[in-house]
Amino acid sequence: MGVDNRPCRDCTARDNARMALISRGFTGRRRPPEERDRLPPGQYLVDGFPVLSAGPTPHTPLERWTFQVRGAVQPTPTWTWEEFRELPSERITRDIHCVTKWSKFDTTWEGVPVDRLLDGLALDGRFVLAFCDGGYTTNLSLDDVTGGKAWIALAYGDAALEPEHGGPARLLVPHLYFWKSAKWVRGLEIRREDRPGFWEELGYHNRGDPWREQRYSGD
Amino acid sequence: MSNATAATEPLHTPLAWQAVELVEKLPATARAATLVLRAPAWPGHRAGQHVDIRLTAEDGYQAERSYSIASTPEDAALSLTVERLPDGEVSPYLVDELRPGDLIELRGPIGGWFTWSSEEGGPLLLVAGGSGLVPLMAMLRHRAATDSRAPARVLVSASAIDDVLYREELDALAAADDAVEAHIALTRRQPPGWTGFARRVDAPMLAEVGFAPDARPRVFVCGPTGFVESASSALVGLGHDPSLIKTERFGPTGA
Repeated sequence: MGVDNRPCRDCTARDNARMALISRGFTGRRRPPEERDRLPPGQYLVDGFPVLSAGPTPHTPLERWTFQVRGAVQPTPTWTWEEFRELPSERITRDIHCVTKWSKFDTTWEGVPVDRLLDGLALDGRFVLAFCDGGYTTNLSLDDVTGGKAWIALAYGDAALEPEHGGPARLLVPHLYFWKSAKWVRGLEIRREDRPGFWEELGYHNRGDPWREQRYSGD
Repeated sequence: MSNATAATEPLHTPLAWQAVELVEKLPATARAATLVLRAPAWPGHRAGQHVDIRLTAEDGYQAERSYSIASTPEDAALSLTVERLPDGEVSPYLVDELRPGDLIELRGPIGGWFTWSSEEGGPLLLVAGGSGLVPLMAMLRHRAATDSRAPARVLVSASAIDDVLYREELDALAAADDAVEAHIALTRRQPPGWTGFARRVDAPMLAEVGFAPDARPRVFVCGPTGFVESASSALVGLGHDPSLIKTERFGPTGA
């Protein structure tokens, strides 16, 4: 993923110099090559963990929390928080990239693979709409959340996921821009037809591959 | 991307990069400047939206950042207010180095959620932390430019009086229109005789300044993450409908 799409860095720089407008007196802050090659185009590296969301942070009591797989699928399982926590989880370390241009390297999560949640279900659609507390949704192709590429994360670092970072549970799809990693996720709807989610309706790209700089619709 | 996805995607025109010229740079605070830009191909925007800026060095190295639009759609020129961040890569260039006549690349407008149009009506409650005031100022300017009668209250938090953006304009807007109130909270230093708030934004302050929840104000909160988190939680705690609260946050690293 991603890696194969990367153009040669020097070629990119040469193209930029030819195509773009040179900003008089701008030198920028260069990163060592090993960092540079891990940054998708237009991104910059941060140490902190900025937060992006459209509204107030929801706080759903855990005893009322459920996770559901629904839509074009049979059966349609629902897990309580207690049941969900018992599912086998994995530790994941990945770079993450936000469409607002920050990237953060080597973030570590613990989460249940989406493959595990869909295992044994009869799926009758190639698309997924993740739905969340607060009404947020994001759409993905089934290909982008299966095959070891997506998780439902319950912990960040060594601690339970904080509400402002999407706790108790968020979708984690690190190979796409981070708005696809929906916070406060409550389930996945399997769909026969793709349907744009919250940000996708508002002009952001339908897929959001950072290595192709798919920020906005039309990119 | 699978063919199936491509087939269901609507056709979109890409947001193209365009060269814009700096016409004028106005000091806003000691750390911030307003860039007035000539953007002949600008498609128009709604108050609250932002743009992406791209700078290119001579060897082709590029850096991109997002900045809120300060001007109202009715203004003739597009303007951005940019705060210089201490370790910033792009903001020091825009605030200190860029000169009138220079060209930079820009694309937009971006963001269709954190916006307000006077057609939507009010009341309007705007809560800003530091330079989070910029997109909210675009809303106030839009309100004035369209002769909207929507009651509007703005609460700005800053560490000291000199850090408050657009202070004179805020005072003037409030003085000229009974339906507008501007409140300032200074968290670190207050000038002698200060009669405004002298603490961080909290629930009692929002209760005093904001509208009653049953007036169903449209609420916009913009600022650093911690500020937005605490202000929006306090508003929900006061009984404001979460679906009427729109937030925009920027991290301390949003250089």
